Order: sequence, then C-alpha cells, then structure tokens
Amino acid sequence: MGQTVAQKIIARAAHRDTVEPDEVLWVDVDIAMIHDSGGPRRIWPMLTELGVRVLDPDRLVMVSDHYVPAQDVGAAEILQTTRAFAKEFGVTRFHEAQGIAHTLMVEKAYLRPGMLYVGGDSHTCTGGVLGCLALGMGSTDLFGVVATGRTWLRVPHTIRVEIDGALAVGVTAKDLILTIIGDHGMSGGLYRVLEFGGPAIAGMGIQERSVLTNMCAEIGAKTGIIPADDVTVSYLAERGVDVEPGPVSDQDATYAETWRYDATAVEPVIARPHRHDDVVPASEISGVPVGRAYIGACTGAKHSDLVMAAEVLRGRSVAPGVLLQVAPASRGAWEQAIGDGTAATLMEAGAHILSTGCGACPGIGSGVLGPGEVCISTTSRNARGRMGSPDSQVYLGSAYSVAAAAVAGEIVDPRMLMVVPA
Amino acid sequence: MTIIEGRVWKFGDDVDTDVIVPGRYLIGDVPEIARHVMEGIRPGFADLVEPGDIIVAGSNFGTGSSRDVAVKAMLAIGIRAIVAESFARIYFRNCINSGLAPVECPGASVIEEGQRVRIDLLDGKVTVVDTGVVLEAVPLPKEIASILDAGGLVGFMRREIEADHR
Repeated sequence: MGQTVAQKIIARAAHRDTVEPDEVLWVDVDIAMIHDSGGPRRIWPMLTELGVRVLDPDRLVMVSDHYVPAQDVGAAEILQTTRAFAKEFGVTRFHEAQGIAHTLMVEKAYLRPGMLYVGGDSHTCTGGVLGCLALGMGSTDLFGVVATGRTWLRVPHTIRVEIDGALAVGVTAKDLILTIIGDHGMSGGLYRVLEFGGPAIAGMGIQERSVLTNMCAEIGAKTGIIPADDVTVSYLAERGVDVEPGPVSDQDATYAETWRYDATAVEPVIARPHRHDDVVPASEISGVPVGRAYIGACTGAKHSDLVMAAEVLRGRSVAPGVLLQVAPASRGAWEQAIGDGTAATLMEAGAHILSTGCGACPGIGSGVLGPGEVCISTTSRNARGRMGSPDSQVYLGSAYSVAAAAVAGEIVDPRMLMVVPA
Repeated sequence: MTIIEGRVWKFGDDVDTDVIVPGRYLIGDVPEIARHVMEGIRPGFADLVEPGDIIVAGSNFGTGSSRDVAVKAMLAIGIRAIVAESFARIYFRNCINSGLAPVECPGASVIEEGQRVRIDLLDGKVTVVDTGVVLEAVPLPKEIASILDAGGLVGFMRREIEADHR
C-alpha cells in the first residue's frame, strides 16, 4: 500500500518503514519554533520545574513578533524574557522585530522538504509550503519538544486538494483558500492533512502558495503541504540551499477524500463577520462601508501582497474616513517593497505604515479595533473580538480587495479598480 | 481521575480560542486571564462556574489559536472536563498536556445545560445522570491517556525522568 507524503515524513521521524492513519506514535522533531507570546515566558518555568534544559539550541528558532514594538511595560518584559531565554540556552537563530515567525521560517530557508517541523503557533502550517510536515502546537507541547526533541502525534488521513486551471487577473490564492473554506466549513479538514497539487499550484510562486498552507489552520486541518517541486527547489537555491524535489506521495497512496477545484472559476471573495467560513463573492456584498483597511499578518502582508495592494492604489488615494494600515510580514518584504517602488506607492496613496510583526491580527499589537469599527483585512481570522473590541467587525479578503475597499470606502469587487483583460 | 461527575455548562459549535481567551488578555498570567474566560459570549462565566463543573459543546471546540492558556484558564476557574462532539486538534493536545480531560462524544448535543453528567474515561462512556441516557465517547489511546493520567505533559515527563533515575 502506498504512502502519502505526510505518512512518509512521519515514518522517517518515527524510525519506521511505513505508518498507518490513526496510529499514535512518538516522533523525532527536526526543527522547532517558539515565539514571544507562547514561548519562553510559558516554557521556561516548566523547564525550571523539571530541572531540564533546551536539548539542542541549533534545532530551535526563536522569533519575537507578537509584542513588538513593546506597547507597555508588560510587553517589554515579555520581550526581555524572550531575549534572556535565547542567551541562557544559546539559541543563535533568534529574530526580534525582523518579521513574523511563519514568514521568516520560509524566507530564511530554515525549513527544508521532508522535515518534521513543530511550531508553537496555530499558523505553523504555513511552513508546509516548502514540502515539510509543519505542525502547530501549544506552549506545553513545545516545552516537551525543546526539552526532549520528541513529540507524540496521531498519523493523519490526507485530503488531496487538486487545483486545475489558473487564477484570473485580480484573483488570488487568498480567494481560492477562502472559497475552499467556505465550501467545507471551518472544521471541514479536522485532524486531516491537506495536500495541494495540480496545474494551478505548479503555476504559483512560493509566497502565494503559502497562503494556502497558512489558512489550513482555518479549516481545522492538522496542516497543509505542497510537496517540493521545481518552484520550491529554485526558491531554496536562491537562498543558498540545495535540495532535490520531493518527497511526494506514492501513486497508490490512499486519500481520505479528493477535493477538486478549477482555479479559473474562482472569483474575489470575502469572509463576513464573525466566521471565516461565511464566504461570499465580493460583488455580492459590495457597498458595505468600512472605516479601516488592514494589510498585515503572515497570511496577507508578504511582498506579493504589498505589490497587489500597490497595483490597486497606484495613482489613487485612500477614501476620506478610511484608515489604511500596512504592517509588513517581514523586514525583507518591506526592504523589497522599498527597492521596487511598492512602498512609495502605498505611502503616496495615504497608507499608515506600521512596524513589522503580528500587529493587530491577534488583537495584541498596533492598530486594534474599537467598538463599532468595521474593518476589511488581509488576515486569516475574524472571530468576535479577534482584532480588538468584541463589538468590532472584521471582513477578510485579498490584498486587492482590501486596497480596493480602502479607495472606495466600501467593499467592492477589486476588479472594478483594475485593468482586467476582456 | 477515571470517573468525573459534574454540572454542565452548554456551548455551541466552533467555540474559538479568541472567544475563550481574547488576545488582549494574553499579556497577563493565568489567574488574571481566567477571570475573562468566555466573557464575549457568556459574560460573568468565570464567576458562575463552581469547581468540578463540566463544559459540553458542539463540534470543533477550541478552534483558532494555539494559546494553551485557553485550557489552563478553564482549569483555573474549576472546569474539570470538556465533552464535545469534536475538538480542534491543538486544543485537544493542550487539554491532554495540561491535565484537563477532553472527551470526544459525537452524541453530546442531547445533553442540556444544568444537567449532571458522569464521564467514565476508561470505558469511554458519558452518562446523563438526570435522564440515565448513556452516550458513547471515543476512548483515549493508551499513549495519550498516560499523559492525562500524569496530570499533563510536565507530570508525565517527571515520571519518565524519575523512572530513568531508578
């Protein structure tokens, strides 16, 4: 019986030839990530309680992204604890205020195809874009991983998500994944791995692909994975890392389900408050007034997203009464945006540029929402109170849709503001 | 802790960690965070709960963020078990790792708020004490049950370390 790529990665990590879905196994973890919010301040006391240390600091990456820049003394203390932890245990791959962990793990090529990666955050699944098995867990699990290098897991069933065709102009990976989530619901992938493939995926760059794996968290999946192909190999080669394509699933691997989509038929969509699976075409809810437009987070503020926003904003201004905020997903994304003129376009249109970091997405950093505020956002979640007040409302869409709403002062189909071939 | 009995608080589907513990409170420590549990959908919940109470919910309980304070805060206010039709996977892990029993019970929707339920973790049974109805629960694999039995992952690792030193 053939094995899926997820089974192959787990089998290697469990020192087995093959594994079967629903088995519970202990596995070796190749690389782990912790951040300022769920990391040292929660994990350190547990290490101390047991009198154990970080087993292998070279297999740990640390990122301070949730509480940067410190907005009060409590946040500053969290950042101090994080720095002290890196120093105490000799963690050299520690990045403070350089970007969001999930973006950095990919951009810095810390992840490699075939790795078993555990991160202390639900959007760890983003990393599956490089063909590794990227598993998000909580602080206590990460305590176990950093102390022992191991964790337990249940071998997941895999859903093959086959995407034909190609996305049209003005339509993005965000629209595709929101469409999939809208169809299957926020628990539609519960405990399963979503394995993406097909012509539409082959034609996408790593940044756009990463939106698909990133939002596997929003469908309840254990993770998403895009087995490494030529695009992956080139992306890593540009960062000085030589790998071969694969691992891939066997031809006769068993899938729990196959979901088929035609990318050509996807249109710009928006998730309405307060459920990210309440997804409708942007054209259907055009006219909803917004006061805030937010381009941020690991989901929606990579360089590719900033470029999309600039495409809509070029030569236009943010509507009166709308505050457009941009929190780049990494320092690298912003440097690239400065270099190619994207940053200037955003600023000339009237965008308020925030520090790189998680920002308002988890309701922690700069730019949170007050009662009654209505926001359209490139982020991934819109549960009540996610970005601030429980009485605020968050609509989710692509960077095109957010930029278009910022200009129009209301939700519109972004293709109305773009040059779309007839 | 193989038998747990308590009064039920009932919630629906897809209860998000942003609702259980909103991000704006994460800066604090567990006792302070615990005062705000569920306040967005059930104001004052932390004060209503008595030690030993049980949450019963629909599908995908604990979806969203990985924050395991969303489990530790439940323990802090006295919740002793969560019975749900299904759990979000990270929340399920966080329960096991913190010593809060997660009971996957596909028929949980028949249980009503205020009823008492008795959970047999080993047999995988949930009994509604008021009506006598017995519901099947998914039994925990033994590898996972042994972590819960140790009170969570820290306790489990302590046992392993002590066993190594013997």
